[in-house]
Amino acid sequence: MGEALTKKNRFLSSLTEGNSTHSYAALKELEHLDFPNRKTEDWRYTRVAPLINKLLRQSAVRPETENFYIPQLQSHKIVFSNGNLIKNEVADNNRITIKKLETSDLLLNSQASIDEIFTTINTAYTHGGIYIHLDKNTILEKPIEIIHLIDGQNTFAQIRKLIVLEQGAEAQIVEGYYSSETGLSFTNAVSEIIVKDNAKLHLDKIQFESEEHWHINSEYVYQESNSNFTINTITLNGGTVRNGLNISVDGNNCETNLNGLYLLKGKQHVDNHTKVDHKQPHCTSSELYKGMIDDQATGVFNGKVFVREDAQKIEAFQQNSNILLSENASMNAKPELEIYADDVKCSHGSTTGQFDDEALFYLKSRGISEKNAHALMAAGFAEDVLVNVTNEFIKLHINKLLKERFNWEL
Amino acid sequence: MAYTEDDLKEELKSKEYEFGFTTDIESDKISIGLTEDTIRLISEKKNEPDWLLAYRLKAFNVWQAMHEPEWAHVKYNKPDFQAISYYAAPKQKKVLESLDEVDPELRKTMEKLGISLEEQKRLSGVAVDFVMDSVSVATSFKEKLGELGIIFCSFGEAVQNHPDLIKKYMGSVVPMTDNFYAALNSAVFTDGSFCYIPKGVRCPMELSTYFRINESGTGQFERTLVVADKGSYCSYLEGCTAPQRDENQLHAAVVELIALDDAEIKYSTVQNWYPGDDKGIGGVFNFVTKRGLCEKNAKISWTQVETGSAVTWKYPSCILKGDNSIGEFYSVAVTNNFQQADTGTKMLHIGKNTRSTIISKGISAGKSQNSYRGLVKIGKNAQNARNFSQCDSLLMSDRCGAHTFPYIECDNPTAKVEHEATTSKIGEDQIFYCLQRGIDEEKAIGLIVNGYAKEVLNKLPMEFAVEAQKLLEISLEGSVG
Repeated sequence: MGEALTKKNRFLSSLTEGNSTHSYAALKELEHLDFPNRKTEDWRYTRVAPLINKLLRQSAVRPETENFYIPQLQSHKIVFSNGNLIKNEVADNNRITIKKLETSDLLLNSQASIDEIFTTINTAYTHGGIYIHLDKNTILEKPIEIIHLIDGQNTFAQIRKLIVLEQGAEAQIVEGYYSSETGLSFTNAVSEIIVKDNAKLHLDKIQFESEEHWHINSEYVYQESNSNFTINTITLNGGTVRNGLNISVDGNNCETNLNGLYLLKGKQHVDNHTKVDHKQPHCTSSELYKGMIDDQATGVFNGKVFVREDAQKIEAFQQNSNILLSENASMNAKPELEIYADDVKCSHGSTTGQFDDEALFYLKSRGISEKNAHALMAAGFAEDVLVNVTNEFIKLHINKLLKERFNWEL
Repeated sequence: MAYTEDDLKEELKSKEYEFGFTTDIESDKISIGLTEDTIRLISEKKNEPDWLLAYRLKAFNVWQAMHEPEWAHVKYNKPDFQAISYYAAPKQKKVLESLDEVDPELRKTMEKLGISLEEQKRLSGVAVDFVMDSVSVATSFKEKLGELGIIFCSFGEAVQNHPDLIKKYMGSVVPMTDNFYAALNSAVFTDGSFCYIPKGVRCPMELSTYFRINESGTGQFERTLVVADKGSYCSYLEGCTAPQRDENQLHAAVVELIALDDAEIKYSTVQNWYPGDDKGIGGVFNFVTKRGLCEKNAKISWTQVETGSAVTWKYPSCILKGDNSIGEFYSVAVTNNFQQADTGTKMLHIGKNTRSTIISKGISAGKSQNSYRGLVKIGKNAQNARNFSQCDSLLMSDRCGAHTFPYIECDNPTAKVEHEATTSKIGEDQIFYCLQRGIDEEKAIGLIVNGYAKEVLNKLPMEFAVEAQKLLEISLEGSVG
């Protein structure tokens, strides 16, 4: 116990405490929390010990930004550097607020976050982030593009977002996470998203960070009646990545789509953790997570669909498909259903396997080289997820990154 | 004898737990509580060799350092281990020559349970090792099995007569350190069954044991060990019924199966312990550790129909150690009223070309909670391993729960692992179809549920399949709203 305490204090020692009531409460909470270990069920397959043994610091370095924007995409641009907001294009429409998030605005009403230590650290030590608010019935014409750049060695970046869509508002947000090639760094990002009646939010998240980078991402989404929420998490590169999605569906006729693609090589580790909590009847949720795992990489998928008592007529679907490409690759999947209502249709499926030899033979017999045939099949495998990225420029950008990373010549 | 619809109707009239009766036989019961002395006493009463006593005491030490597991999706008041009597045996000690010598009271009990030994002898060729409160009192067909070299006897007898086999295999699949209840069982087990099939022998009949908790406040700690030597085959049946009691009774059994090269073991269970009344009072706690080990080309198949017990915590597992070995798990778990079940399997693929199939069908009604929890682990060297899992849940009331917690861990790129699960209720169109053809709702539900569970029921030996089908319908009675 004493040792764990010192470890925690050491890890947090370089951080500066926030100065709002939220931060104080979180600091207090933090005293009772410990880092997850291998006995923590939710972190069963992801080890954080190598991270918390490191000495990290918050950094104010400003790296070059221009090259990271998605080509041709007309958007409101927001740039974070090492967790600090450095660029914020204010929208030309006064019904849309995009501004620096003051710590006093922090919301955090999600129950789930209370015992999640990394969220609590974020709340305790954050010094602002971005606040996006759309008035009633406002429809955003251009997407909001948020770029996160991490640079330098041993950087500890805290990112905080609060996104509120009032009734009938619609928005599309694309986030890109990039880091410099050298050195270990850590991104601890927390978002709170509120999608009110009839509102619609589409979120694309692209993760393209270095292989020494740690990334822990926690999203808390709260959906009201008739709302629609879609998130596509595309993990193309990174060291250890943990994506926690907590969706609380607290209204009728909601639609929730969670999609993910993870392509791992080297010693990467990606853990996708989703929880959809259906509190009200007549909703649908759908999850599709697909991954290809090469070298010594490890993948984790842990999806949970929770249907509360009286939340009847829920249709929940969950699919997780994995392809293992090398001898030392491994995949751990844990798709869960916890259902307390009877008039529901819930299903999940999980597969782990390899590329179909016959399909490969088919392509080769038509004069396509083995390498290209593999690339073609991989691209086809990824397309099932990427089809949900509706903006063509964003999709082009993802495809370009994919090709670069795997040296595909398609 | 054919089981007709009229028979079912008769059955359905008695909505109460039909096997809830108590046999009055004077019992040899030691006082409650658990200390080293209790264990010495049990060991002494059973006239056990020193090595077994040492094993028990070691397990007791291990157990004392352990904590009761809490990860299962069940809620209950933990049993007080000092309030249980750890040994109860019917008083008559002398070895019986024939069935006629069996206490008439006991015979009656058997008949109520539907096990008429003579008839079973004639009609179905089943050797029944009837366990009444921990000590076997009747064993039939022993000679016939003896001719083939098959050993089928109570665990206590095996300790006396075949100590080498027991020494070699006991605890080899479920070590005493495995879990809290396995440790407890290793310390205080009273009796159980032992079965050994010699090399190349195909056991000609279904082996079966009937367990029954009889003495109020008596925990049952059975231990079953089945060893199938190279190239042999056996099918083992286990069925349970328990009388109606208000206090919770604990049942913590250990079952170990060992299938050596090319051997096959089929283990079927129908579990119908007392589930508690419709207010959730009483009922049996069923915390069982069942595991099998497969050597080269061996096969172990678990089939279970779980309808009873207030709380069930049970994961029959297969360690697929040998190349080309096969593990199977077929399960139907029914929960009604306040029953809770957390059941599933573990398939550990270690050898090459190992394959496993998991079919789990959960049915929950009333205010019950029914969970599937399973692990499929493909080890690094399990080339071409293959797994298929299917877990379906059927919900029959708006206050019950059905949960699925599968763990899939794959460390080999040549393996194929598939898992699918669905949760839904009985379709209104299906009911409508039946109603329209003059089948009333209760019958229609029975029909649909039996169809839903057919994949599993088909795997049961004939005699059991009929009983299981009956059980399913009785368990779900009155749950249609």
